[in-house]
Amino acid sequence: MPTVVLSSGSAGQQFTAGQTEFEVEATNFRRLVLELERRFPGLGRQVEDCMAIAIDGEIFQDAYAAELKPGSEIVLIPKIGGG
Amino acid sequence: MNYIDSSLKVVGTRPIRPDGVDKVTGRAVFAADTRASGMLWGKILRSPHAHARIVSIDTAKAEALKGVFAVVTAADFPDIPSEEAFVGEGPVNFRDLALNCMARGKVLYEGHALAAVAASTQAIADAALALIDVKYEVLPHVIDVEAAMAPGAPVLHDDMFTSGVNPKPTKASNIAKVVTFKKGDADAGFKDADVIVEGVYTTQPVHQAYIEPHACMATYAPDGQVQLHSSSQGHFMVRAYTAKLLDMNMSNIRVNPAEIGGGFGGKTLVYLEPVAVMLSKKSGRTVKMQMTREDVFRASGPTSGAWMEVKIGAKKDGTIVAAKQVLKYQAGAFAGSPIGPGCMCGFAMYDLPNVDVVGYDVVSNRPKVAAYRAPGAPITSFAVESLMDELALKLGIDALTLRQKNAATNGTKTHYGPTHVNIGFTAVLDAVKAHPHWKAPLKEGHGRGLATGFWFNIGGESTAQVHVNEDGSVTAATGSPDIGGSRASIGMMVAEVLGVPATAVRTIVADTASIGFTHVTGGSRVTFATGMAATQAAEKVVDDLKKRAALTWDIPVEAVEWKDGKAYPAGSNAGAFEPLDLATLALKAARTGGPLIAEVSVNAQGAGAGFGAHIADVSVDKETGHVKIERYTAIQDVGKAIHPSYVEGQIQGGAAQGIGWALNEEYIYNAKGLMENAGFLDYRVPVASDVPMIEAVLVEVPNPRHPFGARGVGEVPIVPPMAAIANAIRSATGLRMADLPMSPPKVRAAFDAAG
Repeated sequence: MPTVVLSSGSAGQQFTAGQTEFEVEATNFRRLVLELERRFPGLGRQVEDCMAIAIDGEIFQDAYAAELKPGSEIVLIPKIGGG
Repeated sequence: MNYIDSSLKVVGTRPIRPDGVDKVTGRAVFAADTRASGMLWGKILRSPHAHARIVSIDTAKAEALKGVFAVVTAADFPDIPSEEAFVGEGPVNFRDLALNCMARGKVLYEGHALAAVAASTQAIADAALALIDVKYEVLPHVIDVEAAMAPGAPVLHDDMFTSGVNPKPTKASNIAKVVTFKKGDADAGFKDADVIVEGVYTTQPVHQAYIEPHACMATYAPDGQVQLHSSSQGHFMVRAYTAKLLDMNMSNIRVNPAEIGGGFGGKTLVYLEPVAVMLSKKSGRTVKMQMTREDVFRASGPTSGAWMEVKIGAKKDGTIVAAKQVLKYQAGAFAGSPIGPGCMCGFAMYDLPNVDVVGYDVVSNRPKVAAYRAPGAPITSFAVESLMDELALKLGIDALTLRQKNAATNGTKTHYGPTHVNIGFTAVLDAVKAHPHWKAPLKEGHGRGLATGFWFNIGGESTAQVHVNEDGSVTAATGSPDIGGSRASIGMMVAEVLGVPATAVRTIVADTASIGFTHVTGGSRVTFATGMAATQAAEKVVDDLKKRAALTWDIPVEAVEWKDGKAYPAGSNAGAFEPLDLATLALKAARTGGPLIAEVSVNAQGAGAGFGAHIADVSVDKETGHVKIERYTAIQDVGKAIHPSYVEGQIQGGAAQGIGWALNEEYIYNAKGLMENAGFLDYRVPVASDVPMIEAVLVEVPNPRHPFGARGVGEVPIVPPMAAIANAIRSATGLRMADLPMSPPKVRAAFDAAG
């Protein structure tokens, strides 16, 4: 079961009462979003709309199919743009 | 397929740039070059006040003027509700975007649009603007970030309540958001430190200063179909934003991408397009609009200015044990400064156990900021990298050695969460150490500074098509406006896969009705993401070509191989056939299945972060305070350089813009909150005599997520220059310049203060 870390700057903690780490049973990004929304109403939408996911250091944005492996480091961070 | 370890014939070479002839001969068609029969000129009435309530707007006299065909105000536009979406180059609130294009109720900065006219000539349009009678109730204004945060400051938005704090405030303020990033325990870390350095730094807003002002031409046909010609970093962005702000279907808007005269992030928003479409709808004629340079300065986004406080603690051997940073970024009149990346980038180059960063997104009566190369990173890095220099001095350790000791490597856990992978920062620092510039003795009176920088780079959605034309030549079409050489890099990747020379592939930028969705050209994503799509499209074409050859030879497709632009039988068992080249296969395409074309759309992931290090040598005139850049070297991990000349150009351009940011560029406001230097004579960008030859050194640590190993290159080079130059000034003079720009008056004043 992957452990998900909610980056402190992500604005997601408003939905988790400050909790920053949790185990989530999910095998891809989409399932993670659905599970987060079920457990912390509002967080799934926040993650989907405003956040990116770093899986073992690689940043994925808007990628439902991104695979989550057991033991992977999964960090939710703000989405990244550029100039 | 991955080509990183392949022997490449096109990628990595330096063919002549495909857009060069049109640009140097003046044939390239920019948005301001567009014309149409019966075209009207659209012009915008802009606020003369920094902050005022719009009591009334009377357009009757303007409408009655002969030659005026339409006048619009906010009343002509849908009243867009507040809706956040992450599109373009960052989070966008569509209500804010609409209000920025046309003020409703209040004007929030000098230059804020509040009405527009369309007339048969520019002179009549100007006369009509003068006839619009606006009654204002002038309100107190606030310009600077700390003043905007102070108790009792004039509040711009009475519905803005700071997010990111608990409990949520009940009183409106100019602080839109607070963000925090923490790793470990910074306070405990500082207790372990042998040496602590601290500093307060400020930067000024600086404009992207693209040479081409914003321009567009819009035609609203009687059947509701809209044609737009526009200069932007993303014509799909223009279509989406215009449709949203005018409550239209995207399918009714076709945006044709004009050649672009610079963007650097500043053309990832709309300012004119929705207004031009509305004027065209109201007048029934084509409407052209273009900003003046003054408009560009007063009404389009610069990047943030900032106030920053940094503290770093280290052991005697140089190991950093704790770091803290407070960042206050100006957002302009609407929320949305790059405070998030600012908080993430400052310490991203280092492996630090304990970090505490707090950032504030603050509105004030200035133009809304827009993205600018590596948004947020240059600002925060000016502070951090300046303080790193102070730390090296205090420890008595060489500036490079200090950075090498604390450098992030693969496996370093960043303070914002993720672990770095596939990064080349230590290779960049090794290249600094090996470079003759770093080893060269300093000349008398010169100083040398070093600074480093980081940017994430991004991927995202891109579409590319590859067409083999009837004669075997190749057209590659993408949805990515070319602001940095992407037509060359895309064409070269396609050529490499097809096994043909770069000159055999012509790359075009297709309009919104002619190719699949493509995200903006920004975030240094195009060669990575659109290049990935184009590479895959070329591979599909090769697969198709092999099938056509197999059909021609009547052998299994597995018995066909493709190399050097031709189909060959794969070994003697496949049969003895003359190779079939692209032209032969293209000529017989009808017989083997029809046109040879492939389109691929991707949502590219794994962009691969970029790191750079700049070395600056300066001399300082103690009489005038003038800083001269004597030598400049920019070293960067670029992944695989597809076209090294363009990559070097990106690095040189970023460094040159950083030199301007460091030494001269700033917005100067008077007591009324009005900008006093809205033109290139008074807002001083670097000119040729200010910038030496910038030596760009390419470190190539391949990004395994890209077929050729590319990573974004356009953002990183603007991150280190400000601190590199500040550190060089300190080296030359002993003066620590903590406030940008380090212009002659400020340097002169620093000498005076130092006695």
